[in-house]
This record gives sequence, C-alpha cells and structure tokens, in this order.
Amino acid sequence: MGLRIIKAGIADSIQDMGRYGYQQLGIPPGGVMDRIAATIANTLVGNHLKEPVLEMHFPSATILFETSMMIALTGADFGAEINGKEVLINQPILVPANSELRFTKKKMGSKVYLSVEDGFETDKWLGSSSTSFQIQKGGIEGRYLVKNDVLYFKNKEDLEIDLLTHLPWRASMSEFYDNNRINFMPGVEYPLLEKISQSSMVTNDFKVSNQSNRMGYRLEGQALLLSIKKECLSSAVSFGSIQLLPNAQMIVLMADHQTTGGYPRIGQVATSSLPKLAQVSAGETIRFELITHEVAETMYIQQQQNLQQLQNACNFRLQEYFKNE
Amino acid sequence: MLPATPYQIYAIGDQGITLDYGGEMNETLNKKIYQLYSLLKKWQPEAILDIIPAYHSISLIYDLLKVKKLAGTITAYQFLEIKLRETEAQLIGDITVMMNRTINIPVCYDLSLAPDLDELAKIHHLSNEEIIEIHIQQTYRVYMIGFMPGFAYMGSVDNRIASPRKSNPRLQVPAGSVGIAGSQTGIYPFNSPGGWQIIGQTPHMLFDANKENLTLLEPGDNVRFHKISLEEFHHLKNKID
Repeated sequence: MGLRIIKAGIADSIQDMGRYGYQQLGIPPGGVMDRIAATIANTLVGNHLKEPVLEMHFPSATILFETSMMIALTGADFGAEINGKEVLINQPILVPANSELRFTKKKMGSKVYLSVEDGFETDKWLGSSSTSFQIQKGGIEGRYLVKNDVLYFKNKEDLEIDLLTHLPWRASMSEFYDNNRINFMPGVEYPLLEKISQSSMVTNDFKVSNQSNRMGYRLEGQALLLSIKKECLSSAVSFGSIQLLPNAQMIVLMADHQTTGGYPRIGQVATSSLPKLAQVSAGETIRFELITHEVAETMYIQQQQNLQQLQNACNFRLQEYFKNE
Repeated sequence: MLPATPYQIYAIGDQGITLDYGGEMNETLNKKIYQLYSLLKKWQPEAILDIIPAYHSISLIYDLLKVKKLAGTITAYQFLEIKLRETEAQLIGDITVMMNRTINIPVCYDLSLAPDLDELAKIHHLSNEEIIEIHIQQTYRVYMIGFMPGFAYMGSVDNRIASPRKSNPRLQVPAGSVGIAGSQTGIYPFNSPGGWQIIGQTPHMLFDANKENLTLLEPGDNVRFHKISLEEFHHLKNKID
C-alpha cells in the first residue's frame, strides 16, 4: 500500500513544517523549503496542513504507485507525466494502481511537492517527520530517498480508481512566483553597511550560486562593504537571515540553517517571500526590495488568510465531488 | 542589588525577536541570559516555537499568526518586545545561584589528531606541550549550544593561546575535534566543514540522537579537559562506538 521509488532523484526527501523546540540544543528546525507549495499540496488532497510531503529537486525520482491514490503536485513544474500522459500541478489527481509518475523537463521552479491523501507513514523524531541529514533522523531513515524505497500510505482503503483523472479545480499560483522580487527587512547590522552598499543591495540583481542548498543560498554580485568591521559573538539566526560573509558576498539561510551564527546580519527575507526564494534555481537572479516590519507582518497575515480561504474552498469541493460519486 | 544592564531589542525578520546585552564573552551577562531563558520557558505559549539563548542574547522564534492573536491591537513584535522588557525587569537583584555540573572530557593531543597544534605553537612562540598545558589548566564555562546539534561554545581560553579562525576553513573536520577560535574553545559533534584551529580530539560523543539527554554538555556546565594518549584514545573510542 504505497509508492515505490523506481529511479532515485538527486535530492528527494520527506519534509514537514519543521522540528521546533530544540534550537537551544543546536538542532535546526529544517522542514520544507517552500511552505506555501507544501501547504497547497496538502490542501488539495484534504490533508492536515502539517502532514509530511515529498520534496523533490530536478532530476526527480521516477515513482511507481503500487496502489491507487489521490495525489497533488505543487511548487515547481517539472513536466510531470503519469503513464506517459501529461499531468498538471496545483490540481488533485486520481491515480490508478500500477501507474508510473516521471518528471520530464524543468519548466519552472526548483522544488516540486507531492502529497497523498491522508499522508505517508514516516519516521518521526522529536515530534517532526522532517529529514535531518546531519543527524540522520526523520523522514525515511533520515536520508534522501533511494531506488526501491517504498513510502507507505496511511490510507489503506482501496480507492477503486480505474482512470487517471484530474479533479476539476485548481489552486491558482501563477502570480505568486511570476517575478524575482524578494522582500526583506533590515537586519541589526544593516546600518553598518556603507551607504553605497545599502543602495547596491536593492539596485542590483544577485545570482544564486551553484553552492546553494537546503542550508543556504550563496549569492553572487556586487560586493557589499561594512563601514565598521564588527566581530560578533554567535547569536540566533533563522530561515531567511541574510548574512554578509568575509568575502563581501551574501548568504541567505534556508530551511536547514544552523541555529546560531556570527556573521553580520544585514537583512532578513520576509517570511511571505521565502517560498518564492525557495523556488529560485542556482544560476537565476533575484532582486531585493526593502520593506518595513509592519508591511512584512501584514503581507504574511494576508498570505495565511488566502491559504485558509483556499483550504475552505478545496475541502468544500472535495466533499461535493465525493458525495456525487 | 545589581545595577541594571543596558540592552537592545531587535527583530529577526517578521517571526523572530532578540534581546541583546551586547559586548563580549561575560559570565555575568550569560547567567542573566539563562535566567531569562528559564523565566521565558515557564511562560512559553504555543505561539513561541523556540527560545534560543546565546552568549549575551536571547531570541524567540514565533508563529506570527498565533502571537498576533495574543497581541490584539498592537503588532506581534510590539507584544513580544513588551514581554521581553517585563521579563528582563524581573531579573534585577534576582541573580539566583545555579548548580553547575563539572564534566571531565578526555582529549588526545597527538599530532595525528591535532592538525593545527604545530602552527599554533609557532604563532604563539610556545612549545606544543605548553599549548596543551595551558589548554587543560583552565576550567571552561559552557556559554551556549549552537551552530550544530550539541556544539558547545566554551570560554574563556587563556590569552596566551587564543587564536583567530583559519583563513581557509577545512572542508572536513572529524567529529570529536577540539578547537580554538578567538577566546572560545569547542568540540565538533559531527564531521563537518569548519574554521576552528584543531588542537586535539575527544573519543566522547557530544550528541547522541538516541539518548534521552541528546547533548553531552549543557549551558552553565563547567568543563575540564584532561590529556590522554593515542592508545587510550583508540581504546575509549572503540568502547564508545
């Protein structure tokens, strides 16, 4: 009762909304990189929003559904096909048993999320199923998925799906990822940046380097300079912290960030912009836009309200659809 | 009654807030931080996801929507700023004595496990033996755990052997490596890239995901190092593995 990895992808893992409560021991929260896409993946199949999902990069795994299942794909568009037929992201899909899902082409974004109705059976550690690669805990044995791994479904019912079917509604996400503007707030060491560097930060594009991963995105571009050299003793950092490295380039800390750091904290990406940043691939560029703390709070609250409305609408549609069956 | 210590409160984006006394490695400030930590722990509502103490700062990582519900008409940040100020005000004159454990950690300073020992000796015009002597003389305080699971930041290292980080960090530092960075000393719990000057290795595990106490060291612990031979190191390591 599950799906089988018949060909491994480069970095596919089980993630949820993160492992909180242990950062005082140096344990990073981890979790999905794109929280909006993961939330929508769960929303589309009627799951609890914190249900673990499969996060995949390109080239992604090839997956065999050994049993039928309702699934959703969200986030990146990697040209998904099931049994050779194109399938769409952001839409619930009914998948018959013995179907093969493969990803053919990187069209947009860098992380695709796969949810299944009721979720996967996963290893939990300290209250979360997020895969911690360093500690080798959570997800599936604390590691990336490999060939012949089987992810068991919690849902053991036979759904009796004969035909591959898209359910007739979709979450519209196109406008969310359609530009490269990343909102940020000044960090505590922002005032120490040279005035010219403060303006460089928002008037130049910065390239996401190929030394970027789930821990952090290293940016390449105009060198940024501090007017005063400052040695900091380590203190807490978080998902989205923008630090200035000794080579005058920035790093943005991502989901698997370390808990504390000592580099100057020149900014912090707004939480509402993190999903967009998570979908940027190495080699692509971003442009920073400075916003106030109040605006960042408002944008996040608005975004969460939109997700809540989407969830209500999806649950209603799901109920109606299966009532009429 | 102790005089009030000035501090700064600032945001870590829209879902984090820090109270920071600033300054250097300082035991009194660090004790204040851990008192704040225990007070905030007692209060911690579900909306606060993490409380992260550091050398002279403490940070809250929070769920904005949930804090906003507690905050009412003010912003989530303003609400937490008030809470932090109120909690800090309770500290004045209330420096309670914590019981500190003393943990003894065996370290092998053999050159095969201490790739930077020779260079440090050269920089400081000391012999390798003198560096080791100075390192084990001191009792260190664990100021904080951070960077990676179970990594204890300890201080203060004697000025005679305090050393800057390596300009070219190593791509792989073995787990158990004991290092110096500035006046800090620390032990790598995992194989990892790292820039600290490595002067030895302990066979002990600093982090064990399968134990109830995940970390060997806790903030406030006193730590003493003692020197062991390469034979003892391998013997202990085999026993632990």
